[in-house]
Amino acid sequence: MLFRVIVAKMGNVEQIQKALTAWAGQFYGPESSLGHVARLSGGASQETWAVDIHADGKTHELILRRVPGGFQQSARNSEAIGLAVEARLLECAAGTVPAPKVLGVFAPDSDMGEAFLMNRIHGETIARKILRDDAYDGARKKLTAQCGKALAGIHAIPVSELPDLPETPGLSQLDKYEDIYRNFDMPRPVFELAISWLRENPPPSSAPVLVHGDFRLGNLIVDKDGLAAVLDWELAHLGDAREDIAWLCVNSWRFGHSENRVGGFGQLGDLLSAYADAGGPTFSAEEIDWWEILGSLKWGIMCMIMYEAYRSGADPSVERAAIGRRVSETEIDLLNLLEGKA
Amino acid sequence: MHDAPSQKEMIEAVKAFIDNTAMPSLKGHAAFHARVASNVLATVLREMDIRPEAESEEAQRLTDLLGAEPGQSAAILNQKLCEQIRSGDISLTTPGLLSHLKTTTISQLSVDQPGYSGLKAR
Repeated sequence: MLFRVIVAKMGNVEQIQKALTAWAGQFYGPESSLGHVARLSGGASQETWAVDIHADGKTHELILRRVPGGFQQSARNSEAIGLAVEARLLECAAGTVPAPKVLGVFAPDSDMGEAFLMNRIHGETIARKILRDDAYDGARKKLTAQCGKALAGIHAIPVSELPDLPETPGLSQLDKYEDIYRNFDMPRPVFELAISWLRENPPPSSAPVLVHGDFRLGNLIVDKDGLAAVLDWELAHLGDAREDIAWLCVNSWRFGHSENRVGGFGQLGDLLSAYADAGGPTFSAEEIDWWEILGSLKWGIMCMIMYEAYRSGADPSVERAAIGRRVSETEIDLLNLLEGKA
Repeated sequence: MHDAPSQKEMIEAVKAFIDNTAMPSLKGHAAFHARVASNVLATVLREMDIRPEAESEEAQRLTDLLGAEPGQSAAILNQKLCEQIRSGDISLTTPGLLSHLKTTTISQLSVDQPGYSGLKAR
């Protein structure tokens, strides 16, 4: 996730400052005071703010995640689970998975609007820096094992403790993305071949577990000791554990370092060993392939969705137009994967 | 009609303006979009070079693969290929399919994203 300070509307800032001051007075006591508040921009679907609160002679560094403008809008990602559920998942993950600690949750009808506050964890999220900078040499050596352990931790959270989540097995995801692709009426033979192959070779079903849904560089905070926090739980759902493992392997998330199947930094065998050592099931590399093919197909269709925003006139930016010319990246990735299945 | 400057020269001139004049004076989001705009023009220039020949070769391969009447466009033939893959008449094991799709996708990527890691991985 590329964090970037942007200028926000003043009314919004004042509303947030007022709500934060009230919250801090209750949480840290009446002597607390609000420090710097700055909008960071990550994903488009939620606002992210860096918030400093002074209390007990120190500065508490927090992150506010908030629905844009404080209230739910209609044209949002239909898969996103909502901030209250995301906060609840962070609480479920606490102790077993490195993740931010939730400090406060705001209801949609509160003065803040729908939002939650968590502690700010320092480190890097930009994939290219994590994969290239000397400062992360040591982190890269540990990251594969740490990701295996974190994924095993996520998948081991008892389903009975979780908030209500959609259950989306692989084949229902395939149905959904095939529908979207067909509605665009832009025939792509490689996608047809991937869809056919995935349908003919479905994985055996498995007991549903909590799937993070977007576990990859960009959504992980990494410091010099490796994995510091798993972020962005908004695509979490119940499903197949292999989906998360494979999504981390999708070539688009190797950021140019294709030789390292795991996120551009590690080997799949090492990830699967660490996953099993941490109590997860023993998966073979071959079992991951079906999900990696599904993952590449999904990302290709997501690129088409982003281009569709340009084609339909909803977003006239050059960036939305250009992303349509990234679909072919996923086509070569699909062919490279399917070649091994011929 | 004349062609001085040619399409290629006009696009190159606009790209040079973005790269050398506009981009250095822009900041933040606008600078990012200027870089994307420059990349888009680079894609158009590559497409002008590569597409005519690549697409005619693609149509020839599709005609052979599908046993189709000659002279149909790549777009029409691709539609037919999609239908036959969907119906199961053509599959991963059909001789010639994978090599055709790879050649086509490599041509497409040499226009769209010539530096993409998936090309090197092959």
